[in-house]
Amino acid sequence: MSLLTLENVTLKFGGLVAVNNVSFHVGEGEVFSLVGPNGAGKSTVFNLISRFYDPFEGDIRFQGDSILKMRSDQVPSLGIARTFQNIELFEQSTVLQNLLVGRHRHRKSNLVSEIFFAPSVRDEERRHRAVVEEVIDFLELQAFRDKYIAGLPYGVRKVVELARALATEPKILLLDEPASGLSVEETQDMIFWVEDIKKQMGITVLMVEHDMSLVAAASDRVLALADGKELAIGTAAEVQSHPAVIEAYLGTGGRASDE
Amino acid sequence: MRFVFKRSYDADIKLFKHRPQALWYLALFIFVLALPWLVDEFFLGEATNVLIWAIAGMGLMLLVGHAGQASLGHAAFMAVGCYTNIIMIERGVPFLISFPLSGIIAGFVGVLVALPVLRLHGIYLAIATLAVSVLSDDFIVILEPWTGGVTGLVAPNIDIFGLEIDRYGTPVEFYFLTLLVTLAVLVGYRNLLRAPLGRAFTALRDSEISAQAMGVNIRRTKAIAFGISCGVTGLAGGLLGYYATAFNNETFNLVLSIQLLLMIVIGGLGSIHGAFFGAIVIGFLPQFIAITRDGISGVLGLGSVTIPGIESGVFAVILISFILFEPLGIYGRWIKIRTYFELFPFYRKNMFKRQKSFLKTERMR
Amino acid sequence: MMFGAFITIWLTNSDYLGVNFWLAVPIALLIMGALGYLLDMVVLQRMFGQPQIAVVILTIALGFILRFAAGAIWGHEPQSLEFPFAGSAIRLGDLVLGIEEVAVIVVTLLLTLVLYLFFNQTKLGMGMQAASQNQLAAYYMGIPVKRIQSLVWGLGGVVAAIAGILFASKGAIDPSSGLLGIKAFAAAVIGGMGSLPGALIGGIIIGMVEPFAQYFLDPQSARIAPYMILLLVLILRPAGLFAQMQKKKV
Repeated sequence: MSLLTLENVTLKFGGLVAVNNVSFHVGEGEVFSLVGPNGAGKSTVFNLISRFYDPFEGDIRFQGDSILKMRSDQVPSLGIARTFQNIELFEQSTVLQNLLVGRHRHRKSNLVSEIFFAPSVRDEERRHRAVVEEVIDFLELQAFRDKYIAGLPYGVRKVVELARALATEPKILLLDEPASGLSVEETQDMIFWVEDIKKQMGITVLMVEHDMSLVAAASDRVLALADGKELAIGTAAEVQSHPAVIEAYLGTGGRASDE
Repeated sequence: MRFVFKRSYDADIKLFKHRPQALWYLALFIFVLALPWLVDEFFLGEATNVLIWAIAGMGLMLLVGHAGQASLGHAAFMAVGCYTNIIMIERGVPFLISFPLSGIIAGFVGVLVALPVLRLHGIYLAIATLAVSVLSDDFIVILEPWTGGVTGLVAPNIDIFGLEIDRYGTPVEFYFLTLLVTLAVLVGYRNLLRAPLGRAFTALRDSEISAQAMGVNIRRTKAIAFGISCGVTGLAGGLLGYYATAFNNETFNLVLSIQLLLMIVIGGLGSIHGAFFGAIVIGFLPQFIAITRDGISGVLGLGSVTIPGIESGVFAVILISFILFEPLGIYGRWIKIRTYFELFPFYRKNMFKRQKSFLKTERMR
Repeated sequence: MMFGAFITIWLTNSDYLGVNFWLAVPIALLIMGALGYLLDMVVLQRMFGQPQIAVVILTIALGFILRFAAGAIWGHEPQSLEFPFAGSAIRLGDLVLGIEEVAVIVVTLLLTLVLYLFFNQTKLGMGMQAASQNQLAAYYMGIPVKRIQSLVWGLGGVVAAIAGILFASKGAIDPSSGLLGIKAFAAAVIGGMGSLPGALIGGIIIGMVEPFAQYFLDPQSARIAPYMILLLVLILRPAGLFAQMQKKKV
């Protein structure tokens, strides 16, 4: 059952065609990766799904219904969560507060009840906190719970980005280069986490990634993009050995290799 | 060193982190309640003035410190609150209804003003609010039949079910009335901060894009922030009208807006305490200057010298010193001092070092 | 701006130093330029890394201090600048222009042209533009950002002083005249930040709106016209009319 479908999506920035007639679908419960050289349009695809951009042509469907009419802040309520490549955390807040913002789409209280901090709001807060604590346990962020983002190392911030997206209890998780800037051990952790997210939590994952070890280890299917166009789709091994992909990465005359 | 053991999630949700903190605030509360019996009338009036500034400061702090939206025009909303209150009272509306209503009206006006400028950031938003402030000055004069134009209006005594309160006749009652409003705003503000909306505000301030990605409706949240902020400031404006007993369009001019902003920066952006510290500075500054001036002229043997404009000048100097040496404001310095003692001797100087970032032009957004 | 004008008055007017006008002007410009430069070096450079709005707040505070200082030194009474050609006028057909007004027009046009050429043609000018758009990149390109910033402030001081002198020549000024600077903000915003011709046009619009509005509406409503236009521009075209603004690719 296809959870997310992109159909003939095209996006132009003035004369530059960032995404050129791209179509693919992500099945429920699978881990789907987008790979390709820089500037291939991968993050742009994410931004289209997040509704930061409107496609020039084409349709994007989630669970069968087109989401093109939605605003970017309505997307999380569908169950679509995302991380950002260049970490967009709330620097002046603690890790806990960042994660709690992730619960915003589940907010049931309104302005008046919050001003008076009615018992219903208090109960809500406890519930949100409980969910966030589970995410903290899963990603082992206990030590950083009350620390301000501004003082945290890069690797930890990446994990907090992931945690915040998970806190929204999504159906599909869009990970934008989750392993970029991470050390080998941290990338290993990321591989395990993506696997756990898929198997234990049943969350579908759509991932943009350069690190082929993560892609090969965790993905079910891979789509390679270059210059906004689709190059090849299949398993990680199939895509890596596809001649068009090799050419895009290395130019003609060369062999594909693991990063 | 103090360790706080948290046994339940409530520990983070409650208003006070631990017993001693609650006790300190209780002591402060008792002190504030007992003030009329501890000081003379003049000082009590000054204290009332500080409270009024604190309320306005809290209003602006919510918008600037927590939601991250600049405003150089809040005096305009104080004016709205003040004028609507008096206009309604002149037409026979009882104080207990007109006062809160004037706050709500000020809040509405705030939302109306905010809606068109929601897309603006940083300096552009500041300029837009600046224009609003200047415009309100002129609007008050234009609406002369209602507002008394340049001559202004006189605030009648407050009448609550027969209890007459006025600034000079019954300073103690007026003080308590102001205190009541301050406490109500304070509690409401605190509650908002520990609730989802408060977090939405800070999310708005720190990263609009990811706030959107988490489901925060940017336009709506900004509008709400403006609404609440302007409403609270409107209430402060109403009280200011009674404090000043007479007012006109000059009372709520651009300089007042700027002073409000400077005040909360000095107090410490992003904290409720900041509003209060800033209010204390601006409230007692004239006295302080007078005392120092007399002191200095006494030592130097000069006659009493009046230097007009010295208040703004000194205030500006204080602000600049803070921005340069203590951008976190008075509250920030207080936190640092407290942490120093708490962690002694393990305090590290760079604990609060702010991440410096290279300036990128606001023209690309 | 206000301070620059006062310094010139101090230098020229017979009640003060009585220096020749044509000598006083460059001296005043030099002083204000130095003041701007020093201001940046001593105060603003410490603010490196703080958000833009902090600088705005700081300069507003400085405005207060300057107003106080001017009042302390020269008093709060309105004074006017003794302009060497005061009183004479030029006739162009039916149009009579006071010499001061001609001076204003000529100087403004000349200044705009010079600054435009400066920013677009000279290395220093382009360096300034680069530093304003992306400090980090400018550093990498070998541009001495801090020194350039000080020069920018020096330049700003000079231009403001020129404006102040022109303004003072047309009428009396007092320390509170500095609040006119708000209209300068409006002009810059309407024209679009980053565009010099834009600022010129913005200034013209602001300057003309008020008298024109007075012709059609009552004086009171006319006063709000410039600010209404400012708000309109901000709402509809926040970048201004000739801006350098573009959408950022995330």
